[in-house]
Amino acid sequence: MIYLLLFYEFFKIGLFAIGGGLVTVPFLFDLSAKYGWFSAKELADMIAIAESTPGPLGVNMATYAGYNSAGLLGAVIATLGLVTPSVIVIILVAKLMNKYQCNSRVQTVLSGIRPAVLALILFAGLQIAKLSLADLLSGMVFAILLASIHFWKKSPIFYLCISAVLGIVLQL
Amino acid sequence: MRSLIDLLMLFFKIGLFTFGGGYAMLPLLRDEVVIRRRFLSEEELLDLYSIGQCTPGIIAVNVATFIGYRQKGVWGAVFATLGMILPSLIIICLIAAVLSRYMHNRYVAYAFAGIRICVVALIADIVYGLWKKNVSGYQSVAIFVGALILLGVFNLSAVWIVVLAALFALGMGEIRRYKKK
Repeated sequence: MIYLLLFYEFFKIGLFAIGGGLVTVPFLFDLSAKYGWFSAKELADMIAIAESTPGPLGVNMATYAGYNSAGLLGAVIATLGLVTPSVIVIILVAKLMNKYQCNSRVQTVLSGIRPAVLALILFAGLQIAKLSLADLLSGMVFAILLASIHFWKKSPIFYLCISAVLGIVLQL
Repeated sequence: MRSLIDLLMLFFKIGLFTFGGGYAMLPLLRDEVVIRRRFLSEEELLDLYSIGQCTPGIIAVNVATFIGYRQKGVWGAVFATLGMILPSLIIICLIAAVLSRYMHNRYVAYAFAGIRICVVALIADIVYGLWKKNVSGYQSVAIFVGALILLGVFNLSAVWIVVLAALFALGMGEIRRYKKK
């Protein structure tokens, strides 16, 4: 029963992949070696496509791997398997948070973590910058985008669409 | 029921315009849930990211689940999560089934190069805004710089960064408490 197996394997990935979407990649390598649902080369293609399509990377990877293994239903089941641990764990954590949020030690810890999370966000941005800000032209586009985002506050969706058009027109 | 559908649509929209991981979706998420809908404050959103980082699962999904739960309980969590994963399911299945050869098209590649630059600019603007609000005093600057060094130089995983920051803040807090007595 491949569907049950898919759900079980992706549930495990959801439970043990702590952090960003790329954390799922080593688990997927294990899957390809264990079941042969997809090859390592297909996995490399999957990463490229998952990175350049909408949606969180980890979810895209699960959907793609599920589709390659067992078609449309496989995609749905692998994705649901991946997110089920999140839903269960987060609901439990949210319940605890409601109870302890006013505790002053919890407040101390949270205010200490915020600058660290800010560093994580900046670091994620720098990783994407390394890939995308390669020459003078892309640097100029970046500067113009940053200035207009900062001074002319429109929805991020607006800027994403504009920058896709800019990318095609300027052949970035 | 209506507000559940609203949650689903909201996260569908966010999933549709997220390129990359959970941090890439932060600008859009902040625009929708902090600025427009006022579901939570800027600080609470950062707290959700630290929780999403340290709990099992994909950050983007964890954050969506949490916000859904806060708004509408267990069903809110389920609907927000479904909204978040639906764009992936639809688009990836389409690509896997028919479109894979277009992904290597030149113009598609140009468009994504543009989008990536935009994601960097959006993140830069957010870090600037959040810095002004959340980083003040030696301790938070030290945590910020320390975290960047551990990430960039020592390749420490993000989970450890959050755990260490928590322990450091807790320890400093206890020292202050002890000194007051």
